[in-house]
Amino acid sequence: MTPRFLPCADTALAVELGDRMDRHVSALVLALAERVQAQAVAGIVEVVPTFRSLMIHYDPLTLSHAALKEALTPLMSGLRPVAGTGRRWRIPVCNHESVAPDLNEVASRTGLSPDQVVAQHSSVTYHVYMMGFLPGHPYMGDVPAALTLPRREIPRTAVPAGSVSIATTLSAIYPLESPGGWHLIGRTPALLWDRRRDPPAMLVAGDQVRFEPISLEAYAALAARSAAGEFRLEPEDPRLAAGARE
Amino acid sequence: MKPALRVLVPGLMTTLQDLGRPGYQHLGIPVSGALDRVSLCAANAIVRNPPGQGALEIAYQGPTLAVEADSVRLAFAGGPVAIEVLPDPGAASGERLPPLHSVRLREGEVLRIGALTGSAVGYLAVEGGFDAAPMLGSQSTYTRAGLGGFAGRALRTGDLLPLRQAEAEEREEAMLASLDLAPPRRIRVVLGPQDDFFTEQGKRTILEAEFAVSAASDRMGMRLEGPALEHSQGSNIVSDGIAPGSIQVPGNGLPIVLLADRQTTGGYPKIATVISADLPALGRLAPGAKVAFAAVSVAEAEAEHRRLAARLAALPRQVVPVRGAPALDVAALLGANLVSGVVSAHEPPREPPQT
Repeated sequence: MTPRFLPCADTALAVELGDRMDRHVSALVLALAERVQAQAVAGIVEVVPTFRSLMIHYDPLTLSHAALKEALTPLMSGLRPVAGTGRRWRIPVCNHESVAPDLNEVASRTGLSPDQVVAQHSSVTYHVYMMGFLPGHPYMGDVPAALTLPRREIPRTAVPAGSVSIATTLSAIYPLESPGGWHLIGRTPALLWDRRRDPPAMLVAGDQVRFEPISLEAYAALAARSAAGEFRLEPEDPRLAAGARE
Repeated sequence: MKPALRVLVPGLMTTLQDLGRPGYQHLGIPVSGALDRVSLCAANAIVRNPPGQGALEIAYQGPTLAVEADSVRLAFAGGPVAIEVLPDPGAASGERLPPLHSVRLREGEVLRIGALTGSAVGYLAVEGGFDAAPMLGSQSTYTRAGLGGFAGRALRTGDLLPLRQAEAEEREEAMLASLDLAPPRRIRVVLGPQDDFFTEQGKRTILEAEFAVSAASDRMGMRLEGPALEHSQGSNIVSDGIAPGSIQVPGNGLPIVLLADRQTTGGYPKIATVISADLPALGRLAPGAKVAFAAVSVAEAEAEHRRLAARLAALPRQVVPVRGAPALDVAALLGANLVSGVVSAHEPPREPPQT
């Protein structure tokens, strides 16, 4: 697809690099984000990578729409995907029914056992396509085809923070208690949003995530330490990851 | 004693807001900030603050605040409203303070702000600002994530709002003679980014129909009631970024204009985007107000942005002493006296300003 510039009035410009959600397009979006940031174009306030486009917020007193497009054009030629360069995370998830209210329903709708659902969900490495919906909320993919379900018919009014969810080809983690319509199949003791941390969001677009099932006891212990500020999930050491994980 | 304002009555939805928290949208963190930055900058100018200093954003119904500091200077901007200075919390009535005027209050005095009549929001600035720790570079309150402001939420009865200054120096009070808050006849938009998701009829409707602001509106989005806008290829897109003023149209066809607390990304097609210069006017619209839109080019939107920026930059120069006009008369009198050599012994003593 030929890239498209989509004007959003006088303070933002969306640069669309594809028409669908896939890892190649996402890698191009992340590559463009990297180039734009490296170029440090005066007047660009911030860039927001999304599934298939890069949103550029800018200050029209410093940079006009026309000048921004001119500055972007050379950056968009010969764009090479940035893939697998993000930080790697192993996120502990408890799938006990007390913290996974939709696990049995997902199992029956997909024709799998609850254990198979958990095994499938934790069998792949997820790519964080983008952050959005709530502070610190990642959209991750892709969920194995066997687990693909539409969103719930009736959204919940309050989903607990830490809930690990799936819907369509995506998985997400609710960073805060909020309304939500995805299927809840587990809960992590890791804090996706922690105001004691700078920045408070744990994940960022481009990160790689694997889920690791843990027991209810381990979950309770880690959740208590998280709340006390004694447990903070860190990304894997990239040197270890290179040898041990591939 | 730490200098502060004590909240006796919180008002409907009173939050600390500045010009927002840009730079973190890639983490899903909304920008937030004042819905009406014109009135925010005006209130700040009157008390000689920097234009983007955090101030109390008051929605619909104002708070009642008691001074727990030696003295504090305040000013309100944001349309007509009854503001009273009471000598103590038990007093039934007090002296009226006009909007756009500063006033210096002493310890124990109370400021009571009534119902806003000309605008959905107004701003109460204090000289020197509130002593609230900036969160990610901003004092703006984002209540959904408990971010910024005072404890990340709207004011509650009994809250203490710490002040940076323990006292305000005695000097002549200041005022803005006027502040143009009249809405443009039509709110201007640039079509897109997803106007191609609407039929010709849908695109005509957004520019020709009149909408009403729904009571379900909040700092995140202004919901509009009116004719539905017709989608041409469904109401879902692959989620992308959201700009200030994006007009998203979900499946029911009713537009939602995304405001200060807007989410950073979204999956509904956005038929048009309100130009930045018209966002403050939009932010002032209360439920029931009528809205119509007109399309302009990006270049026109940029020109309007520059015009508004120039207007805001000029605000501090338009702040004059409250007794500005009489003071000029005195100067004229003195000048006349220099010529005539006569000084009137009968000039009435100057009254303190009616605040």
